[in-house]
Amino acid sequence: MKHTLYQPINARIAEIIDESPTIKSFIVVPETEFKFETGQFVELTLPGRGEAPFTPSSSPAVTEMMEISIMKAGRVTALLHECAPDTLVGIRGPYGRGYPVDDFVGKHVYIIGGGVGLAPIRSLFLTLVDRVGDFKSVVCRFGARSPQDFIYKKALFGPWRKLNGVDIELTVDQANGDWDDHVGVVTSILRPDDVDIANAVAVVCGPPIMMKFATKKLLEFGFPHDRIYLSMEKNMSCGFGKCGHCMLGKYYVCKDGPVFTYDQIETYPNIWD
Amino acid sequence: MTTKTISKKAFKEFVNAIIAAEKVIGVQAKGERFDFAELTSADDLRLDYDVTLQAPKKYFLPPCETLMTFEVGGGYQSHIADEPFVLLGVHPYDVVAIAQMDELFSQNNADVHYLKRRANATIVAVDVVTASKNVFASSMKTATTRTGFDILLTDIGNAYVMEIATEKGRKLAAQATATVASADDLAKRESIWKANEKGLNKHPLEVNPEYLGKLLDKAYDHPVWEEKAATCFSCGSCNLVCPTCYCFNVQDDVNWDLKTGQRGRAWDGCLLDGFAKVAGGHDFRKKRADRFRHRLYRKAKYVPAKIDGQIACVGCGRCVGACLPDIANPVSVYNRLVDDLGIG
Repeated sequence: MKHTLYQPINARIAEIIDESPTIKSFIVVPETEFKFETGQFVELTLPGRGEAPFTPSSSPAVTEMMEISIMKAGRVTALLHECAPDTLVGIRGPYGRGYPVDDFVGKHVYIIGGGVGLAPIRSLFLTLVDRVGDFKSVVCRFGARSPQDFIYKKALFGPWRKLNGVDIELTVDQANGDWDDHVGVVTSILRPDDVDIANAVAVVCGPPIMMKFATKKLLEFGFPHDRIYLSMEKNMSCGFGKCGHCMLGKYYVCKDGPVFTYDQIETYPNIWD
Repeated sequence: MTTKTISKKAFKEFVNAIIAAEKVIGVQAKGERFDFAELTSADDLRLDYDVTLQAPKKYFLPPCETLMTFEVGGGYQSHIADEPFVLLGVHPYDVVAIAQMDELFSQNNADVHYLKRRANATIVAVDVVTASKNVFASSMKTATTRTGFDILLTDIGNAYVMEIATEKGRKLAAQATATVASADDLAKRESIWKANEKGLNKHPLEVNPEYLGKLLDKAYDHPVWEEKAATCFSCGSCNLVCPTCYCFNVQDDVNWDLKTGQRGRAWDGCLLDGFAKVAGGHDFRKKRADRFRHRLYRKAKYVPAKIDGQIACVGCGRCVGACLPDIANPVSVYNRLVDDLGIG
């Protein structure tokens, strides 16, 4: 019988990492090679329970496994959180358009992320640091509700900040323990001189409300509309532009996105809600 | 392309011959109304119908279908329906709707499940004999069509003019006893086309449909959305009966053994509560007015951008009849916007 676009391939969960009280990362090993570009997404199946779209958080340079960070937010994600290592899952894809990394060459890459939005950003970040010399700088401003809510703590609080060409600042809505970084929403730590705007691209990924205000701030700073890259979220079912759920104006977020430049979508009202 | 004339008696024999050879879906009476259903005798065929309850899209995109079966640990097995059939008695506006769906399901990522069914279908269209009470196909320029069918029938009284447009149509028509259409028959057909192009218009749209996209550019915050949606039940009936609505959900069903199951798809509707809701609870179109507006933007602005500017409303009028609070009529909304916002 013919293989169709709806049909997943088998993959095994090799390892599960607790990232935060609500987020776990799943290291998934597909039974056949599965390539993707950073920022593209996959549909992850729990057979018999359903499937949901996720953007892998691992580098696309690693092809024998894929890491997917999942927030417990709905029916399928809650069931995934109950899985143990060795569970057989399915993946299909990759779908959509990711980050056009080659277009970032020679520029400052200004990355603004919040919450589980750091998952796609991790994949982008790892892609950028692999060839960090190609970019003027990689400047990250990340936020979370509390220090415990940050995902990838081990890397984020340590090694990533020491990388050459990388500048990371973190903020939390509510500090506790020995937190000595910023307190406040992520937009409160954005400064117009973080990067040389004339020679920069911005990447924003996080909850819709954060993306709305971060984009507003970037526009105030004078970022050109076509150099603000936004990862849009929508309800998706098929994943490749057929089922109609994720329509954003003339676009399907799954097929034409999930990464859009602001100028592509700015004329549509209510893009954030 | 050949054009023939077939007497009504010979046509009946032709239909019975097809029924004997393959599966035929034809328009039949259902109580006082009409619907497509499997045809077992030409006597049941009603080509004088006004409109069918359901659009023929269900034969290409069934309300529910199995896309694949699976076994945990054993992988996935795709299911692709592969049975030839004849779809008999499709009105021109529905032919146009099918052509739009064909484009949407084949562009970019081809949907094999849809396209296989479509490839297996021979479409015999029929020009409208009886105008339904809500049709506005003349306004949408879909009252007649010259393409999209394998055979087109036009009732000229005691006979049908039969236009054979494709190889599939030619194969089917080989079983018919027909003569080459006379100039007189063609003139009769021409006058029926002319009459339908004007007369299938119970709800006249005040503007050229090509203008609707521009009109909607100015209409996003117009009060009509809230006003109309105030009585909307969010029942999705307008989506259900629409020949150009094709949204669906992909979902899994597990069998009693908890090891095997099916992944299927089922129709969804953008008027239903939760259509745009994501995990975590955020709903991109929470209010009824948001969903009501989305449908009319989708028909006249969003989908047209994907199919060369064609408006994704073909004027069948089914939604007008299906909507209990009587708010679904696209023409009444678009005309209201024209009246308030002008065509400048």
